[in-house]
Amino acid sequence: MTLQTISIKSRLINNPLIKKVEWTPVNIVTAIILVMGFFLTIARFFGGLGTVTNLDDNNPWGVWIGFDLLCGVALAAGGYVTSSACYIFGLKRFHSAVRPAILTAFLGYALVAFALNYDVGRPWRLPYPVFYSPGTSSLLFEVGLCVFLYLNVLFIEFTPAAFEWLGLKKIRSFVVGLTMILTIFGVVLSTLHQSSLGALFLIAPSKLHPLWYSGYLPVYFFISSMFAGMSMVIFEGSLAHKYLHHKMDDTHLSESDGVVLGFSKAASFVMMGYLGIKLIGLAIDNNWHHLFTGWGLWFLFELIGFVAIPAFMYAVAARDKNVKFARIASVFAVLGIILNRLNISLIAFNWHLPSSQRYFPSWMEIATSVFIVTLGIVVYRFITAYMPILYEHSDYKHDNSNQNANSHDD
Amino acid sequence: MEHIFYTLQDFMVHTKGITYLIMGGLLIALPLFWLFLTGRDEKNKTF
Amino acid sequence: MTITRRKFLGWIGGAAAGSATLAGTVAHGASNKEFKGYPGSFGVLHDITKCIGCRKCEQACSEVNAMPAPNKPFDDLSVLEKERRTTVTTHTVVNKFDKREFDKSATSQSGNAEDSGDKLGGDKQVINSSGSLFVKKQCNHCLEPACASACFVNAFKKDRTGAVTYNESLCVGCRYCMVACPFNIPTYEYDEPLTPRVMKCTLCLPRIQEGKLPACVEICPKEALVFGEREELIKQARMRIQKYPDNYVDHIYGEHEMGGTSWLYLSPVPFNEVGMREDLGKHSAPELTAGALSAVPIVVGLWPVLLTGIYAISKRKDKIAQEEQKEAVAKVKEDAQEQMALKLEELKKKMNKEREIAIKTEVKKALDQAAKASEAKATKLSEEEQ
Repeated sequence: MTLQTISIKSRLINNPLIKKVEWTPVNIVTAIILVMGFFLTIARFFGGLGTVTNLDDNNPWGVWIGFDLLCGVALAAGGYVTSSACYIFGLKRFHSAVRPAILTAFLGYALVAFALNYDVGRPWRLPYPVFYSPGTSSLLFEVGLCVFLYLNVLFIEFTPAAFEWLGLKKIRSFVVGLTMILTIFGVVLSTLHQSSLGALFLIAPSKLHPLWYSGYLPVYFFISSMFAGMSMVIFEGSLAHKYLHHKMDDTHLSESDGVVLGFSKAASFVMMGYLGIKLIGLAIDNNWHHLFTGWGLWFLFELIGFVAIPAFMYAVAARDKNVKFARIASVFAVLGIILNRLNISLIAFNWHLPSSQRYFPSWMEIATSVFIVTLGIVVYRFITAYMPILYEHSDYKHDNSNQNANSHDD
Repeated sequence: MEHIFYTLQDFMVHTKGITYLIMGGLLIALPLFWLFLTGRDEKNKTF
Repeated sequence: MTITRRKFLGWIGGAAAGSATLAGTVAHGASNKEFKGYPGSFGVLHDITKCIGCRKCEQACSEVNAMPAPNKPFDDLSVLEKERRTTVTTHTVVNKFDKREFDKSATSQSGNAEDSGDKLGGDKQVINSSGSLFVKKQCNHCLEPACASACFVNAFKKDRTGAVTYNESLCVGCRYCMVACPFNIPTYEYDEPLTPRVMKCTLCLPRIQEGKLPACVEICPKEALVFGEREELIKQARMRIQKYPDNYVDHIYGEHEMGGTSWLYLSPVPFNEVGMREDLGKHSAPELTAGALSAVPIVVGLWPVLLTGIYAISKRKDKIAQEEQKEAVAKVKEDAQEQMALKLEELKKKMNKEREIAIKTEVKKALDQAAKASEAKATKLSEEEQ
């Protein structure tokens, strides 16, 4: 046992694969952002939320919730979407997309949890809702519990890559054996917390603009998380192809176009369904008259500009088998998700307040969010550089190709 | 023990607390039952 | 019975301690299907027509809660010119609403009031002479508090006295209570780096437990605030509306808003003209979230079953496809063998035939040769004979 740990340690320290950092322009900018983040962290924890944020008593939630939490969780939905497509629905051609998607999801959720430490007043009490004093009547409790559990599930789902890197074969095969049950847990937990994030706003009908407030909010959030996840897989894939092409093996490269087109098709159809239920939401609350106000235009801008148009672009891309066009569409779809989450949590929230009492983020809030996203990219680059994410580890190649058939034997 | 709830809020904290425990139980019980259900299937198990 | 603060003090004395009376109450018809709140819980009736905007309640509140003194003293009424909200250091504020804002309704109402006032003599109730209205703002102590429903650590509780209490030792500081509160009441210590609290009116719960009145009620010089059992206060408010219909709009704010609040308000003008929202609806916060919350366990119960089903079906399809493929391969093999055999046979037949033909021709050739030879012999012989 000790021998093994020593060998892992030496592998980590003396790993010939871990290279020295090169001072390229990208790395210099990254370093600057990280240093800035360090100082902002000090400002937050020594000066309080008041020194870094523009939050006030009327606007208790800002970009750290609206962007870091709501968008972070929605865009990390690629994990459950891809793994369920591959393992539950049996679409094996998505197999090479599962690992990168799980990694992004895990990093996404880890960053959400990290960002929450900045936003809440007493971060060391974050375990309280789950372990000490569960407020079961709260939807935030539901979100907290599910995010906590899902973070663990994602971590376990991610570990095989790390075990392959470290050469721990036995424990790797044990975890791979759990694939099926972890995938199902992942879908259950994702359904719950994705929808509950929308349900958070059910309690405030008097504050959220009626065009965005709906009894269907949880359904909207869940359905939109599906195409958010797919779009993010496509978008992230196009970035990875640009910068990490050399890391990809033949399987990944040969399957990746199929993944892009498959997800384009699926996302396009889900988005159309989403538009349909949005329309139903308008009808059921009789909100038509709001459409002809300024808010209505903004609402239509979100729905047409960032749901209908990308859905149509996806459809064209899927029909023409045009991978490039699908990637462009994914940018719009991702922006649409961000716009929707910001609308609900910040822009159309407190819409009735006079503009002097409305919230606009401070530069330090935005910079902190940028810092957190950068941190995520750095960790992603580290992991994809060393662990078998975009390629299959040579020792487990045969194993991986048979994973669908064998992983469920336990 | 019969407890009287005066507010819907207290009632919900209580009942949801119990349903959360049941949910935890279900998540453990269902996979185990599936294993029992398919335990005598051919070697190429479906789970 | 209506309870003014004096009567209440006497009543409290008779019942030993305020909380003791509540502890012994038995629920009347409280079932688990319908919740009517704690029986006999307290509330405060704020009659806006009587408030003169002296800010004494603000001062009393500040002193009782040991708040730092504000920059402008409490007797400086210029503060009223700007509409304020509760803050970390002020749990209650009085706002002034100018006559201009509700000119029409106010003049007609006050005019009527004066007419009827003449007949009623001493009981005359007139909107105070300045023509402005003053409205006190603080936590309304909802019967089904949105903050409590939103809190994921149960830091907020509806007390049986009617107070909505906050437990600082549980609070994580997520501020969801502030998002949830329809009245925008809770405030947060944003400048506290490590131990920020949510701050709001406590209904002076510690004082109530001692048998005292809330500080603001006690100090009010005009009886614009009346403390008592909520049920009684509602009756009293109805009586006032009935007795002076021209002085009040026919609406007790807080009777049903967001499921009802412990603080109740009477106003001479529609409430939205004095900064109180009339569009909050009657549904309490837990009613708003109950649907989404009850969907959660159903998802947990059904999703694993559905997903495993889908998985099993896709697995089965794979298996069938695999078997079919195997069969197809086997069949192809078989067919190939059969064909091969057929071909062989044919070949054999062909070869046999060819051989036969070859033999025949050979025989024929031999015979022919023999015939020729004999013929030749014969001709030779005959030639020799000749």
